[in-house]
Amino acid sequence: MTPSPRLLLAVAAGGAVGALARYGATELVHDGSGFPWTTFAVNVTGSALLAALLLLPLARRSPVWAAALGPGVLGGYTTFSATSEQGRALLEAGRVGLALAYLLGTLLSCLVAVTVVGRAAPPLPEEDEL
Amino acid sequence: MSALLVALGAAVGAPLRYYLGQRLDGRWHHGTLLANLLASLLLGACAGWSLDGSALALVGTGFCGGLSTYSSLAVQTRDLGPVRGAAYAATTIVLGLAVCTLGFWAAQA
Repeated sequence: MTPSPRLLLAVAAGGAVGALARYGATELVHDGSGFPWTTFAVNVTGSALLAALLLLPLARRSPVWAAALGPGVLGGYTTFSATSEQGRALLEAGRVGLALAYLLGTLLSCLVAVTVVGRAAPPLPEEDEL
Repeated sequence: MSALLVALGAAVGAPLRYYLGQRLDGRWHHGTLLANLLASLLLGACAGWSLDGSALALVGTGFCGGLSTYSSLAVQTRDLGPVRGAAYAATTIVLGLAVCTLGFWAAQA
């Protein structure tokens, strides 16, 4: 299915806002060369918020707002590419244990977050999981 | 200035991810997987090119960050259940690391 231009624009606007929030967080507290705590926190909080999205009446009522907030703001806020690059850099530096702890720790923490939050929130329709 | 470039990059990356997901996600989340892998490949190349400043803000933090997503990965993994979810998450993370390394090496070559 090809998404409508309205939905694509909503995701673009939301994505810009989310990415700015992520950028702001990493500017405020830099990840440094050890465990990337800021990116970790961004991904765990963003995952929890996506699982909670439909607790928001606005997101339940409006598909455009659901796209702007879910795939838009929270998709733009969280990042997978940064975790890959941080994992790669840690491996390159010979810090294998730390790299594994970071990659697995991020996945498991995000899964726990969406599972716990998901018990309280209505399930997301597929198109808003993107 | 950097903040504007981050927003601009993400305003392109995020709808591209959404488009790929809407077109290719089905029983398996091929669209989201593709978006996450493309972003990891490109961000690895950014590191290989030693991009910084404005270029890194636009392409790395903005575009790659907007194109990739961890929130969707987490929710999709949960909804796939333990077996298929584990396969999906492991595929994404292992291939993500592999293509990121590939991008890094290719950019340095």
